[in-house]
Amino acid sequence: MSDQFQGIEPMVYKSKINVPYSWWAGDTASKFYITLRDEKKITGTKCAACNKVFLPPRKVCPSCFTENKEWVNISNEGTVITFTVARCQFAAIPSDKKVPVIWGMIKLDGADTAMLHYLDEIKPENVTIGMRVKAVFSEERKGTIRDISYFKPV
Amino acid sequence: MDRAAIIGVGTTKIEKSKIGETFADMAWEAVNNALNNAGMTIDDIDNVVTTSSDFWDGRTISCMAVGDASGAAHKNVSCVEGDGTYGAFYGMTRCLSGSYKTTLVTGHSKGSQSVSSLITNSAFDPIYERALGMDMVTACAMQARSYMHRTKTTPEQMAMVSVKNHGNALKNPLAHLPMKITVKDVLESEMIADPLHKLDCSPVSDGCAAVIIAHESAATKFKQKPVWIKGVSFCADSFFFGDRDISRAKSLTKAAKKAYAMAGIHDPKKEIDVAELYDAFTYQELMWLEEMGLADDSMAGKLLEKGDFNIDGRLPINASGGLLSGHPVIAAGLYSMAAVVRQIRGDVGGFQVKKAKTGLVQGLNGLGGQSHCVFILDKDK
Ligand SMILES: [Zn+2]
Repeated sequence: MSDQFQGIEPMVYKSKINVPYSWWAGDTASKFYITLRDEKKITGTKCAACNKVFLPPRKVCPSCFTENKEWVNISNEGTVITFTVARCQFAAIPSDKKVPVIWGMIKLDGADTAMLHYLDEIKPENVTIGMRVKAVFSEERKGTIRDISYFKPV
Repeated sequence: MDRAAIIGVGTTKIEKSKIGETFADMAWEAVNNALNNAGMTIDDIDNVVTTSSDFWDGRTISCMAVGDASGAAHKNVSCVEGDGTYGAFYGMTRCLSGSYKTTLVTGHSKGSQSVSSLITNSAFDPIYERALGMDMVTACAMQARSYMHRTKTTPEQMAMVSVKNHGNALKNPLAHLPMKITVKDVLESEMIADPLHKLDCSPVSDGCAAVIIAHESAATKFKQKPVWIKGVSFCADSFFFGDRDISRAKSLTKAAKKAYAMAGIHDPKKEIDVAELYDAFTYQELMWLEEMGLADDSMAGKLLEKGDFNIDGRLPINASGGLLSGHPVIAAGLYSMAAVVRQIRGDVGGFQVKKAKTGLVQGLNGLGGQSHCVFILDKDK
């Protein structure tokens, strides 16, 4: 630092980006969420070219660049592919969740891809890769990913 | 094909919090260091590519915050969002296009100024995933678990990466966290997100790095002996985390293979002398080594134990201390590139490796390394 700044205390300028967004979910996610909310059913889309079933569902197959036109029902049960346990209250963790928070990557029966969600009704030290889990739906469903409350051991 | 080379590198010191410097102040320092290093003035620079992230910087068109300080006035200036190596890739293609002879590439970030958990949570899909509250640390913790499960890599082996890299940083005056630590220190550090302890994770740091890339027709006109870009490739995998086998990095394997082929490398284990990899977390160094074919499947931990990746080992990895010792997101890959360029020139200082003819630089971006960029740099054209 050159002499002209001798004795100058650096200042902190507090700021915040605070912009509300309203994302339209699109046809595909809307259909998924309406089925989840109204029927407590998990659904995915299927690629006719590679036969893969995608969960969360999307309009375009990420491998084939073709439109996924078929919808299939997916089981509420599946297998834990991997998981983690947050031990610190990271800023991104929703305010109603207190650590330890367990997230799993869960491959539901009938899907070829895994979804992310919470694991609960189990102690963190008892979670294992390969364990079987089952969806617990929320009492009050609003058409969000948290219409599934969490997954619990079968 | 025409060839391009790196003819100048400049960086700021990596710090926890650069309280005296704005983004532009950091860019000013790094760019001037690179120009001095190359023996160039700003008039010798044809065009500028800056690399930054609007979310990290907290402003839109974040590149414009550093344009003036990078000498971009009245020049063609373009911006890349992602790792600095992606900016270097773009800068190189501009030199090879025939439109420009010299490109100045910068990358900057000040992680100290925002909340990394909120920034990286925003990398998740807003419709399906973001509300669950995961971030880069928890996503990579899942990946670490998955990688350990598949390869039987142990927490002790992961801890050894931290011990090695923090130790290497003791010889790097630019590093943010040089530390003499033990495996026990790592394993006893606070559990952040299982299986990652605090010392398995890189800090979020502040810094700016700059490199100057030249077309072959201009590469030998300045002070430095050029370091040639022999091979380079960039590959991206599926966006959704659950689409990928996250115990693997398919896009990295592809990028590395293409870069080796372009550089005429047949046996990377033997032909690469030195490498700087994206060790944002300890397990990543081991995983990337295997996925790039620099170690056999599931063997990186064992080779590490044997000392293969030490500064004086068979294939020194992150001799600079790597990102575990200072992680200015976005700028990271350019710091790695600057370190490898200096290794090849033989002027890197305290962490110089014995043989450094051919070097590898890896940059990545996205959750658990969705996309990867691999550069092969060489002393010879
Ligand atoms: Zn397909």
